[in-house]
Amino acid sequence: MQSPESALAAIRVEGVSKRYGQIQALNGVDLEVQRGEFFGLLGPNGAGKTTLISSLAGLTRPDSGRISIMGRDVQGDYRAARRQLGVVPQELVFDPFFSVRETLKIQSGYFGIVDNDDWIDEILANLDLTSKANANMRTLSGGMKRRVLVAQALVHRPPVIVLDEPTAGVDVELRQTLWRFIKRLNQEGHTIILTTHYLEEAESLCHRIAMLKAGKVIALDTTENLLDQFSAHTLRVKLSSDAASESHAEKEIAGGWQTFPFAEFAEVETLLARLRQSGQRIDEIEIGKTDLEDVFVKLMQGQGH
Amino acid sequence: MLTMGGFYTLLYKEVLRFWRVGFQTVAAPILTALLYLLIFSHVLEAHVKVNGIGYTSFLIPGLVMMSVLQNAFANSSSSLIQSKVTGSIIFVLLPPISYLELYAAYVLAAVVRGLVVGTGVLLATLGFGSLDFVAPLWIMIFAILGGGILGSLGVIAGIWADKFDQLAAFQNFLIMPLTFLSGVFYSIHSLPPFWQHISHWNPVFYMIDGFRYGFFGVSDVSPWHSLGVVGACFLLLTGLTLQLLRSGYKLRA
Repeated sequence: MQSPESALAAIRVEGVSKRYGQIQALNGVDLEVQRGEFFGLLGPNGAGKTTLISSLAGLTRPDSGRISIMGRDVQGDYRAARRQLGVVPQELVFDPFFSVRETLKIQSGYFGIVDNDDWIDEILANLDLTSKANANMRTLSGGMKRRVLVAQALVHRPPVIVLDEPTAGVDVELRQTLWRFIKRLNQEGHTIILTTHYLEEAESLCHRIAMLKAGKVIALDTTENLLDQFSAHTLRVKLSSDAASESHAEKEIAGGWQTFPFAEFAEVETLLARLRQSGQRIDEIEIGKTDLEDVFVKLMQGQGH
Repeated sequence: MLTMGGFYTLLYKEVLRFWRVGFQTVAAPILTALLYLLIFSHVLEAHVKVNGIGYTSFLIPGLVMMSVLQNAFANSSSSLIQSKVTGSIIFVLLPPISYLELYAAYVLAAVVRGLVVGTGVLLATLGFGSLDFVAPLWIMIFAILGGGILGSLGVIAGIWADKFDQLAAFQNFLIMPLTFLSGVFYSIHSLPPFWQHISHWNPVFYMIDGFRYGFFGVSDVSPWHSLGVVGACFLLLTGLTLQLLRSGYKLRA
């Protein structure tokens, strides 16, 4: 029997495995994304992110396990499940025979929506595509084509939206436009699942994050907790070039900068004292927070707690 | 279950797709058929009569049906391979469209293109011969079933092929020989017994022969016999295509 939390889950993945020949793309993945969440799915290339998304979308049939979207099984009740889901694919694909507006009207029709002009106009406006509405898809730049892919995923107002690396290779303007619109949709109650290699995006946008490695979920927590699992702050110092070379830094960066992780601010004085005692002269100091990239690298290197 | 949304939209999109490039998909095959007619009728009209019918008149229905069949195959196969290679097939696979709807939309669009080109060939060649249209219903039945069979074969080829080269092989080494060696240009009664026997194993022969019966009221075999063979082929290929689509073969990993 489902728990009340499970019944409310936007996405529920239970023991999903998928093998392609010798490659175990997914290995017993269990995951729940709650309704209204902005959820990050991170991992290096080949971790299984796209296979998991393809399984959600019904493009890939898992070897075992079960997936439901808004309580609808993606295999047994695929029609209802697909109506709940909008997917922005990673690849920049388009149909060269049609204009932007025709593309969106056709996509609406696939979902059984005939009179969808008002919503299409709203999507076009929010993605700065209005001026390109009647342009043929072939004539659009890569960034514009990416916007149309986002628009296509939204034509049927899906409660769950999956963005598979939507900002890969796109300019700053599109990123800002896109995130403004996606944040608004999330505030209106849409569940967002994001995969990206830009970890600063995931850190600033996602409430919770799952990290995949070799087809397994190796971390699943709120973004805040993931950051807190490791030293939450770093002390960066630039040492004088004529100073002694001994250091206890975690990593050295070009230009004489060294980084020291710490958990509490009270530790800063101790670190600085230690540097002075070792005869080093400090030219510059910076204090920063550990970012998701640090957490990601440590987890992928197997240093997670 | 067939819902009007997905099915109707996909059918509309498939028809619009070939219509947008009408010079390539409609005008070019009409011109090709017309050239066949001009060349063969110039050489043979004065020398050949088939079942008492002048050669040009005999040839016209064959060319019309050949155009229907080849263009029906080309429509579904090219649409599928193109969307697979470019990746845009995802737009059809993500929505709640059933495999039955996919089949119906692709095959019906193939039939529409076949009929549009076939009608064009008929209109372009009408003035060159004398056609009686003795049984229009037979003409329509064989055109639709023939288009449906080749449209289904196009879906199978489009799903199976991973690249354009494989699709071209399917077209050039299977579809072309079957259509050219089916009695488009001759009556199989003019063939030696061995080749007559071989021709009876070619389902396209029955499509052409039944179709031609609708124009002249004469044929190499009974139109009911042809209808039986063509109908059975249609059911068989429909079943096979639906099974392929249902299994997700080469479409859903």
